[in-house]
Amino acid sequence: MSTRKPGQPSEKMHTDSTGGKPHSGLNREIQTKIGQQLRAMYDDVVQEGVPDRFADLLRRIDNPADEGKTE
Amino acid sequence: MKIDPGLRDQILATVPSLRAFAISLCGNVDRADDLVQETLLRALANIHSFQPGTNLSAWLFTILRNLFRSEYRKRKREVEDTDGSFAESLKSYPEQVGRVEFQEFRAALAQLPAEQREALILVGASGFSYEEAADICECAVGTIKSRVNRARSRLAKLLAIDNVDDFGPDHATRAVLIGHDN
Repeated sequence: MSTRKPGQPSEKMHTDSTGGKPHSGLNREIQTKIGQQLRAMYDDVVQEGVPDRFADLLRRIDNPADEGKTE
Repeated sequence: MKIDPGLRDQILATVPSLRAFAISLCGNVDRADDLVQETLLRALANIHSFQPGTNLSAWLFTILRNLFRSEYRKRKREVEDTDGSFAESLKSYPEQVGRVEFQEFRAALAQLPAEQREALILVGASGFSYEEAADICECAVGTIKSRVNRARSRLAKLLAIDNVDDFGPDHATRAVLIGHDN
């Protein structure tokens, strides 16, 4: 499982022994916040929907006759 | 070319998530949108190789990831680039990476090795299973799990130390966090 490259600093941390120790409550709380922040950041982009350029792109490919028309 | 309307709708429905993944990978909205466009063109050119009924979104993510990796490798050859300097470029152009409230988080994310970053996003944000993420990244499930774990630990460290008020209630917490890995 350890495929550390020679140049990389050792990142043993607290998960190096058999399967890792159970996370402390504090660690769990931080992980929950990281998960929330990650999804919030991601969903912020997802909520922008499909920009026109991509809908147009698929339409143009679907109907080459529309080529040149921008709407 | 005629695209099956159902398939076209499914592809379009995946675009928002593809963009979110692309922006998380390259940290730049314009580059990310170009990457998504390339992905769509590549996908449509190879649509015959997609097996109907299989996971379209995983297929599209795989194409996007491969395009990103080959572009990333190219850029790395052109300019001797590292994950560290990539993070620096993010700090220099914060307006490129979306809303202010996520800048710090994105900056921390950018400090992770690319493999850890993509694994964490696929599993933690895109909603793929470990198995699907392993398929997308063409590696073993155990490798994905370990990358996700390392990404989480690293982020916890980066964010807890840089932003104690958001990620820990007080200085005692901070001391515990900093002391934790020493």
